[in-house]
Amino acid sequence: MELLSPAGNLTALRAAVDNGADTVYIGFRDETNARQFPGLNFTPQQAAKGVSYAHEHGVKVAVAINSYVQANGWDKWRSSVDEAGRVGADAVILADLGLIDYAAQEWPQLARHLSVQASATTPESLNFYQRRYGVKRAVLPRVLSIQQVEALAKETNVELEVFGFGSLCVMAEGRCLLSSYATGESPNTVGACSPAWAVDWQETNRGREVRLGGILIDRFAPDEPAGYPTICKGRYDIKGSVEHAFESPTSLATAELLPQLKKAGIQAIKIEGRQRSPAYVGKVTRIWRQLLEEIDSGTAGTEPDSELVAELLELCEGSTTTLGPYERKWQ
Amino acid sequence: MRISLGPIQYYWPAEQIKSFYDQLRGKVELIYLGETVCGRRREMGPAEWVGLGKELAEEGHEVVLSALGLVEARSEAAQVKRLCENGDFMVEANDFTAISFLEANKTPFVAGPSLNIYSGRALREMQKLGARRWVPPVELPGQGLRQVLSEFAELSEDPMETEVYAYGRMPLAFSARCFTARHYGLGKDDCDFVCKNHPEGLGVVTRAGESFLTINGIQAQSFGCLNLLPALTDMKQMGVSAVRLSPRPVDMTEVVEAFRAGINGEDVQLTEPDPGMQCDGYWWGQPGCGSRAVENYQAET
Repeated sequence: MELLSPAGNLTALRAAVDNGADTVYIGFRDETNARQFPGLNFTPQQAAKGVSYAHEHGVKVAVAINSYVQANGWDKWRSSVDEAGRVGADAVILADLGLIDYAAQEWPQLARHLSVQASATTPESLNFYQRRYGVKRAVLPRVLSIQQVEALAKETNVELEVFGFGSLCVMAEGRCLLSSYATGESPNTVGACSPAWAVDWQETNRGREVRLGGILIDRFAPDEPAGYPTICKGRYDIKGSVEHAFESPTSLATAELLPQLKKAGIQAIKIEGRQRSPAYVGKVTRIWRQLLEEIDSGTAGTEPDSELVAELLELCEGSTTTLGPYERKWQ
Repeated sequence: MRISLGPIQYYWPAEQIKSFYDQLRGKVELIYLGETVCGRRREMGPAEWVGLGKELAEEGHEVVLSALGLVEARSEAAQVKRLCENGDFMVEANDFTAISFLEANKTPFVAGPSLNIYSGRALREMQKLGARRWVPPVELPGQGLRQVLSEFAELSEDPMETEVYAYGRMPLAFSARCFTARHYGLGKDDCDFVCKNHPEGLGVVTRAGESFLTINGIQAQSFGCLNLLPALTDMKQMGVSAVRLSPRPVDMTEVVEAFRAGINGEDVQLTEPDPGMQCDGYWWGQPGCGSRAVENYQAET
């Protein structure tokens, strides 16, 4: 199975390449990708350098252009596809219908991957993207159980890529407007979920309060760990019960599913985290390379290597992990 | 400009569904029928929806069957396929499973609000696939819509109807997880259909006491009720052909009458729900929970 690692900048890209990624995925420094954070992502010049470095080491580069083309924004999104082609990227990861059509017409040699933002969950929709736009691979949204992933893999010729590790989007990607409801900006529109400018932390006598767009998302006790505030990981009151109404802060970690995913014919495992540090990217990539090698060489036990899993746990949000939707119980 | 009733998003008993449409017979031009949120909700089966659709169509309504928004199980995809091949009514596609069937059979369809069309190019592509009408995403501002329609006009000579989601709680997110079942400590597969106890979803309130969101099965909705009555003049200028009112369990007749009066150019206010619960931020390019009416009111006082 192919290992895809995230890179938010050149240093992270090198860390991913040096630690065993097969492919590194990046985005340009604007709203054309779904991870727009200040100080993150690549200029076309940096992307060209990154592609050279990766290719010198036999590693591929995929460029995520996976927010939706906005009104009046055609030139910006189109030129991101053109830049990806010009810098010699191996693939573009797309969600917008107009953009997929454009890439297929203008850059036929550039592999087209369907972004998780397109939220394709059935063989019918995957096959539609394949027959209409020649989509080669699709990233599955985090809404299917492992049994559903296995069944899906049998019914489509589109290569499948699944998330293995990192933050867990609770909502079907590309189908979530919670961020813009509170802040005016969402992954679909400007590639941002819970934009940093809208986050406000305050120490109060009730605890540490965090607001998004002025709306109280959560309140933490003095020693309670607090992750990046997104609406779906906050605590709210439902009929007098204060609870994580959608999901608690936790990371997706699926090392134990690797044998099943390989058997199902899943082509690639994706590590989430373009917003994470180069050190994090290097470490996670190294651990997952080892996990995959143990699977591929047949030396893996029935359970994943416990030392590697313990190392991963240290890198998790809230130090807790979940199989998320892969496990039916979670749903 | 026509008035449409969007699909009922909540889990209501069959009798409530029927009496809901009985109340509104003859009052709206367009009616969308069917289950769009949860494949487990089968209070009305496909045959019953089609039967109701035929009755309503005979009375002069244009009927559209709405397909499921998030398709996971094979049984759900099969349900969408049957819907797409119903042979009587147009279908509203709410994901690409439906589009796959409709495009393959060259069947014209309505592109629903969750299909992420934010540009003229994407809309043109959707038209090539067979869309004859589209409902823009609820987060698309009025200015954005104007721009999309002008981009589209440059790219296509064929007509496309635009229907704006103009009233009701807004669908904001879909998940694999059923949030209502989770609140009750139940699993999705064993949910006891608890969403039946919440005919307008379950309110999510911040710890500061502000009503914020609504959970409705696997869906997260706004708590605020969208009201685009003040934007009708703009919409007419843009050539919007219909406004969608999303069903609520309260008396929708008053809402329909208010929108009818608004379309006829009358200066009319909506009192259902309370103006403090209304929102229209998205239309003005603001956070969706914002309300221009409330802002103006606060500015004046």
